[in-house]
Parts: sequence; C-alpha cells; structure tokens
Amino acid sequence: MNSILLYALAGVGLFTLGLYALIVHAHLLRKILAINVMGSGVFLVLVALGGRSPGASPDPVPHAMVITGIVVAISATALALALMLRVQAKTGRPRLPEERLE
Amino acid sequence: MSVTDRSRLSLMFRRVLLLLLLVLAGGLAYAVLSLPDQAVGLSDRVRASMETSGVSNPVTAVLLNFRGYDTLLEMAVLLVALLGVWSLGAAAAHRTVDPESVLLSLVGVLVPMMLLMAGYLLWVGAAAPGGAFQAGSVLAAAGILLLLTCKRPPVRLLGWPLRLVLVLGLGAFVAVGVTLMSANGAFLQYPNSLAGGLILFIEAAATLSIGVTLAALFLGGWPDLDV
Repeated sequence: MNSILLYALAGVGLFTLGLYALIVHAHLLRKILAINVMGSGVFLVLVALGGRSPGASPDPVPHAMVITGIVVAISATALALALMLRVQAKTGRPRLPEERLE
Repeated sequence: MSVTDRSRLSLMFRRVLLLLLLVLAGGLAYAVLSLPDQAVGLSDRVRASMETSGVSNPVTAVLLNFRGYDTLLEMAVLLVALLGVWSLGAAAAHRTVDPESVLLSLVGVLVPMMLLMAGYLLWVGAAAPGGAFQAGSVLAAAGILLLLTCKRPPVRLLGWPLRLVLVLGLGAFVAVGVTLMSANGAFLQYPNSLAGGLILFIEAAATLSIGVTLAALFLGGWPDLDV
C-alpha cells in the first residue's frame, strides 16, 4: 500500500468518525466539531488523490479546491457557532429543542 | 418506557448505527482503493497554460486565473456568512480586563511579525505556496490576538471604513472582471501581459478583506457602536 492510499483511507476514516459523532451527540458544539472533522476527512482525500498525477508536482486543481473548501468551512462554522449561541440564549440549552407536536 | 428500556434501546441504536457506518466506510474505502494508481487529472492542462497565467505557482494560477469564478464566489460566501452572523445581533459587550504585561509584550512582538508574514505570504504566492487566503488568515490571527487583549478598533473606524474593507476584496474582483468584460468581452479573462499585476491587485484586496472578515466573524456579532 502506498502513502497516497494511506492518506486517502485515513480521510475516509475521519469522515466516518465525524458522521458517527454528528448523529450520536445532541450538543450542538459537538455537532459543529463533528461536521468539521468530516470536512477535514474530505479535504484529506482530495489532497491525497491529487498526488496521483505522474511527474514531480501534484495536481494543483484539487489543492485549489481544498483551499476554497477550507474558507467555506470556516465561514459556515462561524455562522453555526453564532446560531448555537442564539439557541443557547433562547432556550438555555445548547441543543435543538425536541418539541412534540400534539 | 422505563429508563432501562430506553438505555437498552439507545445501546441497540448505537450498535445498528455503528454497523451501518462501518458498511459506509467499507464502501468508501473500496471506492478509494479501486481508483487507478496514477491519474493525469487536470495537471497537464494546467501545465500547458501556465505560460499565460501571469504567475508561476500552479495553485495560485488555478485559484485566481483558471478557476477565478470559484474564488470570486468564495469571497461572496465569506461576506454572506458575516452578514448572517451580524443579522443575529450585536457582539457581546466586551469585558475590560487589563491583560497581563507578559501577554501585552508578546502581542507587541507578534503582531508586527504577523503583519510582515502576511505581506510576505501575499507576495510569495505568485511563485511558491502562499497567496491571499494564507496571508488573510495570518492577518485574521493578528486581529484576533488584538481582540483577545481587549484592544478594540476606535469607534470611528467601525462605521463605513470597516464595511469598505469588508467588501474591498469582492469589489476589486468584480471591478476587474467587469472592466475586462467591457474591454475584451469575457468576464475575468486577463490579457497575458497584465495577468500578473491584476492577480496581485485582486489578491492584495482579498487579503485585507479576508483578514478583517475572519476577525469580525470571531467577534460573533456586529460591533456595537454604543458600547
């Protein structure tokens, strides 16, 4: 197994780990962190697969896409954290309200 | 439902979930493993057009030239995220705690170095790893460091000067694109002789905007002028 596959498989592992945490935990901060871990897994897969191009330098297109992705992930995380703080201020708990519709 | 029933159900739910996720991970791993060992991708096409890109770092060429639209819209995403955060309310009132002298002297050393680093990263991005986003994030880190030591920008800068800097990156990008469109008919199609200069101009504006936007996102709300 070469190192590119090792990195890509580690990325798959991170993605699955993040998905598990996203589903299991109710605390919104943990959910936001879980989504970031999932995103890091996707970035790792993209960068690793960019290294498969023959020749000395890796494929620059996936790298540019990952830079774009990181910035979008930061913006989304900041917005999610601000929303989480609003939920906490409104309901007193940092989790989504589970209201039964009766 | 009693408590033990519920915990047993939750345990079973977790086991089923774990099984499903293992199946998913297996499928994804199979997809990764079944890819060919070598793939040309787009690297040949990028290499072939590097001459016309105006820079010698392929990642910067892709970001600012070949895929300029992505970067333009990404600047818009940053701005929209900040508008979203600002729409949720004002930033929490800041506490006026006097930072310790160690922190203050460290900030006094670090912030000028970070500004220098941001400028270097911006400049070197044309030829080596670096560029607007790396420089912008270093700038943002300097800004966050200043915010953490209770240094606030003067109130007179929080009105339109702040908003001007926030839209500067996107504005410069769109202005260059529209100017080129009226000149040669294609949006963001740089003429070969001007490409390097235009990319540096857009990147410089984008660096400022990214740095200030990220630092403003850190505040978690719009800066309240009355505080």
